[in-house]
Amino acid sequence: MSDTHAHAIASDAHASGPLQFHLTHEHHSENGTLLGFWMYLMSDCLIFACLFAVYGVLGRSYAGGPSGADVFELPLVALNTSMLLLSSITYGFGILEMQRNRLRPMLVWLGITGLFGLAFLSLEMYEFLHLIHEGNGPQRSAFLSSFFTLVGTHGLHVTFGIVWLITLMVQTGKLGLTTENKRRLMCLSMFWHFLDVVWIGVFTFVYLMGVLK
Amino acid sequence: MSTHTDLIPQEGHPDNHGHNHHDTGAGHSTLKGYMTGFILSVILTAIPFWIVMSGGLHTSGMTALVILAFAAVQIVVHMIYFLHMNSKSEGGWTLLALIFTIVLVVITLSGSIWVMYHLNHNMMPSMMEQQMQNMP
Amino acid sequence: MFQVLVQKMFDHLDPVKLIFGRLTWEALPLHVPIVLGTMIAVMLGGLALVAVITYNRLWGYLWHEWFTSIDHKKIGIMYIVLGLVMLLRGFSDAIMMRAQQAMSFGANNGFLPPEHYDQVFTAHGVIMIFFVAMPLITGIMNFVIPLQIGARDVAFPFLNNFSFWMTAAGTVLVMLSLFVGEFARTGWLAYPPLSGIAASPDVGVDYYIWSLQIAGVGTLLSGINLLVTIIKMRAPGMSLMKMPMFVWTALCTNVLIVAAFPVLTAVLALLSLDRYVGTNFFTTTLGGNAMMYVNLIWIWGHPEVYILILPAFGIFSEVTSTFSRKRLFGYTSMVYATIVITVLAYLVWLHHFFTMGSGASVNSFFGITTMIISIPTGAKIFNWLFTMYRGRITFSVPMLWTIGFMVTFTIGGMTGVLLAVPPADFVLHNSLFLIAHFHNVIIGGVLFGLFAGINYWFPKAFGFKLDEFWGKCSFWFWITGFYFAFMPLYVLGLMGVTRRLSHFDDPSLQIWFEIAAFGAFLVLLGIVSMLIQFYVSFRRREQLRDVTGDPWDGRTLEWATSSPPPSYNFAFTPLVHEVDAWWQMKHAGYKRPTEGFIAIHMPKNTAAGIFLGGLSALFGFAMIWHMWALMIVSFVALLAVAIGHTFNYKRDFHIPADEVVRTEAARTTLLANHV
Repeated sequence: MSDTHAHAIASDAHASGPLQFHLTHEHHSENGTLLGFWMYLMSDCLIFACLFAVYGVLGRSYAGGPSGADVFELPLVALNTSMLLLSSITYGFGILEMQRNRLRPMLVWLGITGLFGLAFLSLEMYEFLHLIHEGNGPQRSAFLSSFFTLVGTHGLHVTFGIVWLITLMVQTGKLGLTTENKRRLMCLSMFWHFLDVVWIGVFTFVYLMGVLK
Repeated sequence: MSTHTDLIPQEGHPDNHGHNHHDTGAGHSTLKGYMTGFILSVILTAIPFWIVMSGGLHTSGMTALVILAFAAVQIVVHMIYFLHMNSKSEGGWTLLALIFTIVLVVITLSGSIWVMYHLNHNMMPSMMEQQMQNMP
Repeated sequence: MFQVLVQKMFDHLDPVKLIFGRLTWEALPLHVPIVLGTMIAVMLGGLALVAVITYNRLWGYLWHEWFTSIDHKKIGIMYIVLGLVMLLRGFSDAIMMRAQQAMSFGANNGFLPPEHYDQVFTAHGVIMIFFVAMPLITGIMNFVIPLQIGARDVAFPFLNNFSFWMTAAGTVLVMLSLFVGEFARTGWLAYPPLSGIAASPDVGVDYYIWSLQIAGVGTLLSGINLLVTIIKMRAPGMSLMKMPMFVWTALCTNVLIVAAFPVLTAVLALLSLDRYVGTNFFTTTLGGNAMMYVNLIWIWGHPEVYILILPAFGIFSEVTSTFSRKRLFGYTSMVYATIVITVLAYLVWLHHFFTMGSGASVNSFFGITTMIISIPTGAKIFNWLFTMYRGRITFSVPMLWTIGFMVTFTIGGMTGVLLAVPPADFVLHNSLFLIAHFHNVIIGGVLFGLFAGINYWFPKAFGFKLDEFWGKCSFWFWITGFYFAFMPLYVLGLMGVTRRLSHFDDPSLQIWFEIAAFGAFLVLLGIVSMLIQFYVSFRRREQLRDVTGDPWDGRTLEWATSSPPPSYNFAFTPLVHEVDAWWQMKHAGYKRPTEGFIAIHMPKNTAAGIFLGGLSALFGFAMIWHMWALMIVSFVALLAVAIGHTFNYKRDFHIPADEVVRTEAARTTLLANHV
């Protein structure tokens, strides 16, 4: 309920004689799902803020182990970043198809988005397994603990996003582009793009600044 | 995460038709918007990677500042073109929530780093620089 | 990163280990008589309760009308019942500690061995904050907010039910720790390295982590829910500056919840990683830094105390203006004071650990911000005083609690400012002075506020008032008990006695602890009086019946509808023109509509919330005991139920117009007979 809208109703009542104290028709509040989901994202953002803070504080505590410059492979990170960026734009194309009420093209774009997401996860998994294999697992030092946790938490979010994407593809496939389903697609859109924003922080703060001497 | 009001538009309540567009929040996306955002973010990603991979600027502090600036700009780009952030959606509440969150993120990050830096400085001065990184 | 986890799982492919993890018969307290006795008593009590419910064939009623209900009023009441039950548990811990400290001097070791005493004080803190104060606050907000803003329900009714069951699941785990295994012995914030795997290898800290994580999900979701409710569902005409004061404070509290609880989630997750996976965030080796935990947990912890106190401030505002028959003095300044507190709440966290050693610059910054935050709080006290000034004050039970609060909280606030001075804090840190201070503000502020709120809104919830005599007994026992229990702790703290000790050598201290124990006994009488108050009121419910729906001559919208309100709250959505909307309606000669009713659109009940809560408790239990098979099964089930629930698109129904007509006609008759 926007305040201006409410004011308008109240002053309308003023204009027409004695004060009215109730509505005679059924009142519908605006749907709050998107706002509520945005607030969830903001709270999620603060989880990441904590993980970034931990990385900021412990990210140079190598405990005699490797530093970021020793273990990060920037070409791999660049490839990974492009996977995520591409998945963002393909999700955007999906939303554009949704607006035109074209179910099949939308499903195709969502499928492509999911594949890019999977590619991102596979690359990340490869990076993690490689590090662990070299003896640089999360237990090695506080730096590696905070690295694995920050990047891993982002990865878990992407995993959850893919599960959600599949669920939504099934639901839109079954029930079509109803208002309800469109709203859910918009929520996932926010979630997906939000993960992108977090990733900007990750590649800058962790990878790029990590290899600086 | 849906509510009891979700189904109303489907049932064709007369006073809710006008809301459909708004309720899905989908009214704002255009191909142009997405493409602008995408191209800008590709550029804003590529430059910092190129700076760092080609050896960085004069000092690493300088490099860090520059790539952080690029990240900040890119975050704004994503917010505007992908998340469709503006001062009008949801009566301004999303923007207000975002600003409040950013303030808290800054407090949490800079506050923690400031507090812990001073702690290490005061309590383990000898371990501050090299030693701490190599401490077992 | 799950290598260690995976390794642990396959280390013992032994099926018994896979199923039961580290749970053995040893975990049951068969050798500790006190706990065994309690366990048997609780089990017998539980069986008796089940028998009574079954005998009266109440399961169906409970299931359909309460457990699966998405009605915000019923969920609110369930939260409050949960909070009150846990208050009894938390208080039994308290009185055990007071008794132990009063007797354990010199050769006498008291009745609690140290490892048991440590669990008692940890459980007391955790339970009182997370499972008493939080459910009571959330319950009152849940019940009152939609009524005060003229809405039919909250924005996300299913989520509301789910949040409640997550809180309940956390509670179940805490209670279970009493009988199966043990609870943490670390203090209520579980600082590492004591809470790390090396110093606490047992299940205690894991119970702590998982009960808080699961309840935390509920708290966060209910925060988002109420926030969206307040933003989106206010009655037409109710602009922000026309919201009742309680709604304002609830808005700010929920902002704080949404912005603070993620930090708790994150920091507990990091602690679990240290414990389960072997990472080095807070360890003493390989670069870990335990003080980072302290830093992060207080970034949550300080806002948390404002999460608790702000709604109490809102309750006091409502009560003061109602029982003084005056509009709240300085409404605008009250709103801004609340907002300022909300923002400043994030800038003071370090005052909880001045002694950590961050040095003069950091400490003085946080000392100053802490002193500043007392200013808006002081402004509020003056607002309440001016509201009372020249008002026609009725000294009903809610008003007594409010006046008791104003005196008590002011003392607590002043000792708080004292602790905000870093050099003074170096002397008083972790002493009983601190314990006295925070009990002074939490009991004198939060708890008194909740009791005022319960007495104030009880007739709205159940249709009859609470008995005044027993209410007054409860108030006087509580307040005198409080002063007897905690003033001696200020003295002891100034003398240098530290917290969390189970034994003392200096006999000159004993008299103060005995006075404190006497205070705890008076508080016990206060709690018993309150239970008697509920019982007596129920017996006398016909005499105490409130037929008008407005027993206190109230000012805000919740008093415009019947007591208890119909499931749809208001037959017609109210139109608001003023802060004291109902007061204005009454004085403008508003006539309650008696015809023209229409069908009302309402959400449907669902059992998904209780299943998800139950599965979460099971998952938590499996994690605590390393029962990897159960962990996987319950996690998959959790995911399946959650996804399955999203396939349910039919979540609402219409209350037909003739049913509304019948309900409203019944009320018309009732009102006519009454006058």
